[in-house]
Amino acid sequence: MSTTAAAEAPAAVGSVVHLEGVGLSYGKTRALESITLDLPSGCMVGIIGPDGVGKSSLLALIAGARAIQEGRIHVLGGDMASARHRRNVCPDIAYMPQGLGKNLYPTLSVFENIDFFGRLFGHGKAERHRRIAGLLRDTGLTPFADRPAAKLSGGMKQKVGLCCALIHDPELLILDEPTTGVDPLSRRQFWELISAIRSSRPGMSVIVSTAYMEEAAQFDFLIAMNAGRVLATGTPAELKRQTGADTLDEAFIRLLPEADRSSHSDVVIPPRGPDHDEIAIEADHLTRRFNDFVAVDDVSFRIRKGEIFGFLGSNGCGKTTTMKMLTGLLPVSEGTARLFGKTIDAGDMSVRRRIGYMSQGFSLYSELTVVQNLDLHARLFELPADTIAARVDEMIARFDLADIADALPDALPLGLRQRLSLAVAMIHAPDILILDEPTSGVDPVARDRFWQILAELSRKDNVTIFVSTHFMNEAERCDRISLMHAGKVLTSDSPAAIVGAHSTATLEQAFIACLEEAIADTAEPAGEPATASPPASASPTPARRRSAGFNPTRMLAYSRRETLELRRDPIRATLAILGSVLLLFVLGYGISMDVENLSFAVLDRDDTAISRDYSLQIAGSRYFTEKPPISDYADLDRRMRAGEIGLAIELPPGFGRDVSRGRHVEIGAWVDGANPTRAETLRSYAQAIHANWLAQKGRELYGEAAIAGSYQLEVRYRYNPDVISVVAMAPGIIPLLLVLIPAVLAALAVVREKELGSIVNFYVTPVTRLEFLLGTQLPYVVLAFANFLLLVGFALTVFGVPFTGSFATYALAALLYVTATTGMGLVISAFMKSQIAALFGTVLITLIPAIQYSGLIDPVSSLQGLGAAIGRLYPTTYFVTISRGAFSKGLGFDTLHNDLLALAVMVPILVIAGAMLLKKQAR
Amino acid sequence: MRFDNVFQLGVKELRGLVRDPMLLVLIVYSFTLAIYAGAKALPETLNRAAIAIVDEDRSPVSSRIDLAFTPPYFSEPHLISQYEMDRRMDAGLDTFALNIPPDFQRDLLARKSPTIQLNIDATRISQAFNGGGYVEQIVSAEVAEFLARTRNAQTAPIELTLRARFNPELKKAWFGAIDEVITSITMLSIILTGAALIREREHGTIEHLLVMPVTPLEIMVSKVWSMGLVVLAASALSIVFVVKGWLAVTIDGSVALFLLGAALQLFATTSMGIFLATVAGSMPQFGLLLMMTLLPLQTLSGSMTPRESMPQFVQDIMLAAPNTHFVMLAQAILFRGAGLEAVWPQLLALAVIGSAFFAIALRRFRTFLA
Repeated sequence: MSTTAAAEAPAAVGSVVHLEGVGLSYGKTRALESITLDLPSGCMVGIIGPDGVGKSSLLALIAGARAIQEGRIHVLGGDMASARHRRNVCPDIAYMPQGLGKNLYPTLSVFENIDFFGRLFGHGKAERHRRIAGLLRDTGLTPFADRPAAKLSGGMKQKVGLCCALIHDPELLILDEPTTGVDPLSRRQFWELISAIRSSRPGMSVIVSTAYMEEAAQFDFLIAMNAGRVLATGTPAELKRQTGADTLDEAFIRLLPEADRSSHSDVVIPPRGPDHDEIAIEADHLTRRFNDFVAVDDVSFRIRKGEIFGFLGSNGCGKTTTMKMLTGLLPVSEGTARLFGKTIDAGDMSVRRRIGYMSQGFSLYSELTVVQNLDLHARLFELPADTIAARVDEMIARFDLADIADALPDALPLGLRQRLSLAVAMIHAPDILILDEPTSGVDPVARDRFWQILAELSRKDNVTIFVSTHFMNEAERCDRISLMHAGKVLTSDSPAAIVGAHSTATLEQAFIACLEEAIADTAEPAGEPATASPPASASPTPARRRSAGFNPTRMLAYSRRETLELRRDPIRATLAILGSVLLLFVLGYGISMDVENLSFAVLDRDDTAISRDYSLQIAGSRYFTEKPPISDYADLDRRMRAGEIGLAIELPPGFGRDVSRGRHVEIGAWVDGANPTRAETLRSYAQAIHANWLAQKGRELYGEAAIAGSYQLEVRYRYNPDVISVVAMAPGIIPLLLVLIPAVLAALAVVREKELGSIVNFYVTPVTRLEFLLGTQLPYVVLAFANFLLLVGFALTVFGVPFTGSFATYALAALLYVTATTGMGLVISAFMKSQIAALFGTVLITLIPAIQYSGLIDPVSSLQGLGAAIGRLYPTTYFVTISRGAFSKGLGFDTLHNDLLALAVMVPILVIAGAMLLKKQAR
Repeated sequence: MRFDNVFQLGVKELRGLVRDPMLLVLIVYSFTLAIYAGAKALPETLNRAAIAIVDEDRSPVSSRIDLAFTPPYFSEPHLISQYEMDRRMDAGLDTFALNIPPDFQRDLLARKSPTIQLNIDATRISQAFNGGGYVEQIVSAEVAEFLARTRNAQTAPIELTLRARFNPELKKAWFGAIDEVITSITMLSIILTGAALIREREHGTIEHLLVMPVTPLEIMVSKVWSMGLVVLAASALSIVFVVKGWLAVTIDGSVALFLLGAALQLFATTSMGIFLATVAGSMPQFGLLLMMTLLPLQTLSGSMTPRESMPQFVQDIMLAAPNTHFVMLAQAILFRGAGLEAVWPQLLALAVIGSAFFAIALRRFRTFLA
């Protein structure tokens, strides 16, 4: 395998990774402390240690996913602090982050996920298909190529992740806890696969972190870590020798500093006392269907009070569903679930008080501290107020949370978080504990402590515990276990009896045997073991190396992926398109400047023919609607305050007489100034009508001579001769819609990847920031442009707005405009950390400026202050001018080129701003 | 419903908000700077309208007219030629173009009734109407004064004295400020409740609540009161310090009564936020629904353009939106100093709409959780 020239020289040293004085802090928390290490090349290197000691941080640093803070890291012969080296070697490094399928795209199929990575590494089509076919065959995933990643079991997700990592023939494979949360059978298949790949590619180095010591025992070289420091390095045999231990588990515990070790003791679960006959949990022919998929199929079991009942099974076999039915979270399709003889009713609060439930993922409030979480739950479970403080203290002491009482859960390692979850589940002293994989991802020491607590609860407090797990040593501690597969319970007995029945040496073997039997029966290909044939990925044609500079293939890979995701979420695209048409319709008719039906009333103190004539003049105008006459000032005041009348006219006593005699008369008029725009209109209409009446009266009184000697004012309304609002508004609303909707669509694109974790693919693949942003933007530009065409068509046909200008110019401007508006969304997206903040920010920077400062209602030239400044910089301003020019004024490129230029300048500015705000590494 | 649960869960929401500094910054921004900028940006009625004059007469009366157009209503008029007029209007440089024909003064004095042509760019619809009226008034005043000086012509003895009540100078900033407050109230309450609910679902914490003795009603009420309280407090501070203090808007009516109305408005909009979150499957879908809701609420509730001028069907539909009633109520109380006896119909409407939204959202929320 050829590497780039820069990386070639020191490869001979024999170490693939060289770390020197590496340190890392998250705020005040120290994650890594002066790590100096050499990792041998061509080996399987394992990193072991409790949770939160910095294993994942170290791997992320080595992979280049996280920025280096202190020290030097050399990977594949170059300095990882140099962006150039990272770009050069990233095609040689594959990184699979922690968490099941965290870097996969849930709506994309297995094939599409792997294909996306193939494109990022610049493989041609034939090459990609050949490699993917080979990888799928090797991993037994061929039958599932079209299944969306979200619908895969945990083990399968990890295999897909591995395929994605292997597609580009890496020199260095970095796997962060790849088998955490994966069932034993899938785990075994996973390691078989890795060893098959390694035997076909002997030069490849693999670095793995794991919580399973039995897995670590198979590795070539181990690094034991604790509290951000390296405890020891060496082969498994060397570590055992150093500590004089028989097993690696023991060796590791002995390596721990005295303080950590002292709290550890082997879990001893005393035998259960005389059998209680009371049944705590009873499942009777439980079935749960999701549409036509049967998740839980006719499951029955009984758990006695005080028993520890284990639930084992492959990922996605229905364990969680069963547990949710027992807690009342999911309704039962068929059968019955009973707790203490009572059928579960989801609305029954008294049942909920007897159960403590711990769900699979951490589901406590990350915004509350440890104490606040405990306190909140104590209150929700209605513990008497005076006992709450004592109970919280008791739980803190029992679960040893005193040191972290005021910490936020996000800052805690997984093991501690799980302990907190258990403490919360126990706060109300429930009779039943339902724990869904409580120890997944928790290190051995913490797991033992956890089980110690469970043992106490069961034996001392007689709490019934229903627990699911993937760890066999935990299953062995249960009083009885059930093996589940594909929604059915295969066997249910004490661990010893199960081992006996299958005549195997260990429970794990019995479990696997049992599963394989079941799989053979149903001919389900899910468990097809990895073939030993050399993986096809060891290809004669190495991946093309085109990592330097802007690469359209990689950009299009992102576009393709984003397009697929958009297509898989048809609601989103439909909402965007239909929603905008609907809005055009409503706003086009709704935003209207035609002022009609203004309400007025008269306080006529004269009540003569002339005064009535004056009122009639106003009432006869199409702009005014007359309300009942005003009786006095109090009435006038009341009705104006209530907003009932907009214009009040007071005709003074003797009005008719004075007019006839040509005396000076003053008519009082009050306009409701609460809405200044409307008041202005009222005022000018009233004046016009008054002038009209005067002219008419003048003619009556003095004849034609009165008006002679004056002039005519001929008003021509240009571009929209009938002054129809919709003709003026529709060309203005189109720009408004084309900023709001594309911006909000694009705004969530990047930040969503950040929140859900797949952003790591951007960190560790050769994609540049520009390729990533432009690639993500492209589908939204296309969608928005299609939207534009639809809106224009709608304006022409439904609204009948005449189009008089150059359509080509208008379309070009629209293309520039939607590129700018989606770019605005991406800038927000690159900057913000959470989806809520991105959404809020987008609404703030689009809704108000686009409606108020872009010339939609008031021309930008007449705005002032900050609003005017925003208006001049805002793309909508220019597109509104173009839109109105092209629709109503018959304009083309020669007149509009300055506005086009303004839009054209904004596009690169926004793209560059987005690229600058986006970080190529986690910090 | 247990009030203690509702209280505890609400306190949790508030604590969560405090932990998101970016969100707090945005909230503060939307109740201070956004309101200030929004109020100050709006032109005071007709402001600096762009006008050009083609003066082909160049007589004393035409120069009178030329000089009469002054800021703040109009920008300094551009004196242009007939040829330039079309080009400038096409490019959108001028909203008005006044064409005074040759020999205007001579014809005027000769009682030939000459014609001045006023071209108005009707695509700038807000200025087209009012501005046209202004131009007409100015020209006629100048001509009348000219005539009066040249030959003691009779002036109209009947005068119309127009006064604007509640906002005598028709300052748009007053109206704009309140309009911005209403926008911020609506926007924030929907985002805070809706997006927070989606986040809870994406993080699995909603499910966790359901194994505890807590009902959906309690969860929903806790979100409504806590987020409503945040927005209500922010708007109260904003009215007192930003609108009254900083922007020096004269507020006639009772701020307390306005806040009562705001509380009812928040009851409706927070329910709306929860409803939208239950309809949307994911945050991107919620974002789109949010835009589709906010835009009509913002433009059609009568705060941007008067309700009377909307087509009847739009007016009728918008009666179902809380904002319509809230805008009416806010204008009546804050500007016209109206009391409870005048605004009770709006308060009642808000309460009815709020209860209906709450009931619908609760139904959706229950099925959403099941």
